[in-house]
Amino acid sequence: MTSIAELRNVTKVFDGKTALQNINLKSNQGEILALLGPNGSGKTTLLKILAFLEKPSKGEVYFFDEKITWRNMERARLESTMVFQKTVLFSTSVYKNVAYGLKLRKTPEKNITEEVNRALRLVRLEGFGKSHARKLSGGEQQRVALARALALNTKLLLLDEPTANLDPKNASIVEEIIVTANNELKTTIVMATHNMFQAKNLPHRIALMEDGKISEVGTSTEIFGRLSKTLASFATVENTFAGTAKISEDGSTLIDVGNGVQIVAVAKNVGEVSVFVSPEDIILSKSRFESSARNMFKGKIVEILDLGSIVRLKVDIGKPITVQITKRSFNEMGLNLNTEVFLAFKASSVQII
Amino acid sequence: MNILDGLVRALQLIFSGDPRIVEITLRSLFVSGSATLIAALWGIPIAMFLGRSNFCGKFIIKTIFNSLIGIPTVVLGFFLFLIFSRENGLLGFLGILYTPTAIIIGEAVLVLPIVVSLATTAIEAVDPDIANLAKTLGASESQASFAVLREALDGIFLAGITSFNRAIGELGVAVFVGGFIAHVTELLTTGIKLEIDSNNVDVAMALAIILLVLVFGINLALNFVQRRKK
Repeated sequence: MTSIAELRNVTKVFDGKTALQNINLKSNQGEILALLGPNGSGKTTLLKILAFLEKPSKGEVYFFDEKITWRNMERARLESTMVFQKTVLFSTSVYKNVAYGLKLRKTPEKNITEEVNRALRLVRLEGFGKSHARKLSGGEQQRVALARALALNTKLLLLDEPTANLDPKNASIVEEIIVTANNELKTTIVMATHNMFQAKNLPHRIALMEDGKISEVGTSTEIFGRLSKTLASFATVENTFAGTAKISEDGSTLIDVGNGVQIVAVAKNVGEVSVFVSPEDIILSKSRFESSARNMFKGKIVEILDLGSIVRLKVDIGKPITVQITKRSFNEMGLNLNTEVFLAFKASSVQII
Repeated sequence: MNILDGLVRALQLIFSGDPRIVEITLRSLFVSGSATLIAALWGIPIAMFLGRSNFCGKFIIKTIFNSLIGIPTVVLGFFLFLIFSRENGLLGFLGILYTPTAIIIGEAVLVLPIVVSLATTAIEAVDPDIANLAKTLGASESQASFAVLREALDGIFLAGITSFNRAIGELGVAVFVGGFIAHVTELLTTGIKLEIDSNNVDVAMALAIILLVLVFGINLALNFVQRRKK
């Protein structure tokens, strides 16, 4: 299989602190490779090295089997592009943002218009060309950033937590765009994520990262099938709970995850399991409410993380669980630390991993 | 002549297109514009360096530039006079004392701290990821720097306007290194001083009105253009 980019024995040290240690990794042509690991595991640094934005302290980077040095770095940069976790846009129109890279490549104006329109269509932002990019919603802005990268038709697309700061609707659109880019445009993608569900479903291969090292590389089935130590330790902070599953009288699966917390799932598993609930799938309310969701918990907000257009809340329901809501909802509900809230999610939202 | 008579006579001079008034006005615009341009050509690269890098002593350099904004023009003019003095000045051999060139250089030195300080602040306010974004879209180092500069354009624009206003309105440097040579170094500010000393209130008032109209007019026009661009 043709290698697009390859890191050989790459180490990166920042101010005496090792961010990456002896990394060996290849991204193969046409694949989606996910870098899965907790915050601070070195995913972003690795992507920046692949994007030629950072130079390794030790080791070598190869692009199409050619060793990259400062001499050929700018040429290699034209064949890869990166979308950052924090959306960064030029302070101008959507059209000019998307056209920027094409202009650098001296693409004729007529082709620029075609490529920009194609990219905007791909991210479902047709007709937004004249809008000021920074006046769009958070989700739309991230889609503009994706369009800007896709318009370039680069060999390699690097995505740093592409859905981390998005609401469920925009996250789902972005995931669809990633799959389309890979399937239809044949773009090779390397993406960093800490979303277990995304890592399980999107990529062809996963590289598990922890403390600046790659502990395992394999397919989704290989990685999730054996529930490695790295995955288990990482899982503890990401709405993943270990427990004992049994089939209840009504036929659903009941998983006891300790501290009196029982989660209802659809999948028929028994015995020791780990379950994951996406923070985006959880509905939060200040009062108890009737719904079809089989899982309903009462808890208190113990942590608030403001991420711009969205807010991540950690709620103690006996076990800490992370919930993601929009900033607007957060403000309208007048939430604060220690506010008592009710959480609900469907049994079908519970992924057994 | 009372003030009202002076004002009427001043307006007559302006609207009749008095050749001397026109000449002084055009020279002032040229000298201040050139000084601002030269200061921008030095100052923006310095601001790019200060705004985009972290090094020991950066704070001290920024503080020096900030402090120099308030330097009295008379003091700067006096030192420049000593430097350009044809008899024993350090740069006396250039023979530029009492020429528009000397005023342009002097005013460029005067407004350089304004350009550097305001442009540095504007560049520091740009998202630090903009340069990396440009690079990952295929930009070279210089193209990435240009992308940062474009993001800081509003602040740099402000630095330019402020510098021009300071240059066109200052008297100290113009008097010390330009003197009062008619048809050679006479500017709006030195012209006002000269005409007052000669008891020509009407001409002084005409020049003062033009100076005020220029400062307000140019500011208004540029702000209007900037607003339309947004």
